[in-house]
Amino acid sequence: MPSFTFGGAVYAAAPGESVLDALLRHGVAVPHSCRAGACQSCLLRASQGRVPAAAQAGLKATLVEQGYFLSCVCRPDEDLVLEPAGGLDVPARIMALERLSPTVLRARVRTEQPLSYRAGQYITLRRPDGLARSYSLASLPGDDALELHIRRAPQGRMSGWLFEEARAEEPVTVRGPAGDCFYTGGAPEQPLLLAGTGTGLAPLVGICRDAVRQGHTGPIHLYHGALRPEGLYLESELRRLTAKNENVRYSPVVLEGGEAAGIATGALDKVIAANHPQLAGWRGYLCGDPSIVQMLKKKFFLAGMPSRQIFADAFLEAPAP
Amino acid sequence: MSSLYEQLGGQPAVDAAVDIFYRKVLSDDRISHFFEGVDMDVQIAKQKGFLTMAFGGPHHYTGASMRAGHAHLVRRGLNDSHFNAVAEHLGSTLTELGVAQPLIDQVLAVAESTRNDVLGR
Repeated sequence: MPSFTFGGAVYAAAPGESVLDALLRHGVAVPHSCRAGACQSCLLRASQGRVPAAAQAGLKATLVEQGYFLSCVCRPDEDLVLEPAGGLDVPARIMALERLSPTVLRARVRTEQPLSYRAGQYITLRRPDGLARSYSLASLPGDDALELHIRRAPQGRMSGWLFEEARAEEPVTVRGPAGDCFYTGGAPEQPLLLAGTGTGLAPLVGICRDAVRQGHTGPIHLYHGALRPEGLYLESELRRLTAKNENVRYSPVVLEGGEAAGIATGALDKVIAANHPQLAGWRGYLCGDPSIVQMLKKKFFLAGMPSRQIFADAFLEAPAP
Repeated sequence: MSSLYEQLGGQPAVDAAVDIFYRKVLSDDRISHFFEGVDMDVQIAKQKGFLTMAFGGPHHYTGASMRAGHAHLVRRGLNDSHFNAVAEHLGSTLTELGVAQPLIDQVLAVAESTRNDVLGR
């Protein structure tokens, strides 16, 4: 019978027993509900060992790729090393801080050991005094540092510190990665629609670069929305990316004031709908302001995008001090 | 004799039906307002649970949980006409997927059995 390592202890399964039942029988608290492979509340991750395909049926490709499975219907043939969702703490240093616009700062952060992550996932950055905020990853694992885009939040403690006080070599801690908004291979010709507002651009840039690096040949269309032209950033880098890859398109969209600069002006969803009335067969990535992410998710779905092909990361604001 | 759930094709059939069904529901002005402001992933998971039950599959719904889960919608005016609209979309989804009418009738009968709990009567 297989055994399961979880939190440093080893638990043996009885014949025919699911991973969930074995852990519960040994007194390990694992969230669960339907016990029928439907509700996904018993999700665990296997960092070592193979789980049967049936234990991953119905999960998004991003979860399957990370080894997540439904423990209530998982009866494996081999031993597994298990992890709950989340990640570990890693010591790190700020390498460089660079203003991309008056309200967006690019932070490059290097971890002591290389972090295993996917572009588009997020990490939690923690200052020595314990203050912590989550940021999405615009970098790829091969880059020499993690790249984060920091939006200056009104009265934001972390962003205020990073904008005004933090210096290179500043020690910090990185926890993660987490999140399932990232590129997965296997469908190189599928058209991709990436849309976000504000620093929702960070994960989208990472996902776009990751797709290109993995040899994606289908169209990749990146939309970045802002209230006004001064809310856009990284335009020249993105134009270079599109110049080098003919399947990549970049479209900035502003709600007002873009006409003079030749920038598409209007509501982000309307501009996208005009260009892409039919989204059956597409895959979507959505990041940034939660209400816009929710709204776009629904619009993309109603335009025919399959729900399992929509990956989203809504940025939640930390409460004001 | 295999169960209704097996005859319909089990979990893969639910996965195939859920997008078609939920797209019909969200596009229907008679009922779409009940779904505004709700996270789509959460809704899709709930619709999957509902379809699994209606297909005769494993579920953990009870009359009480059906009542509790819809009480806030009943307060917003959920009534028979809305229930009928959802049942209509359930039937047309299955027709679209090529399911035989006798099986569709069985699914609709399961859905019908929840009517009074859903509407809090």
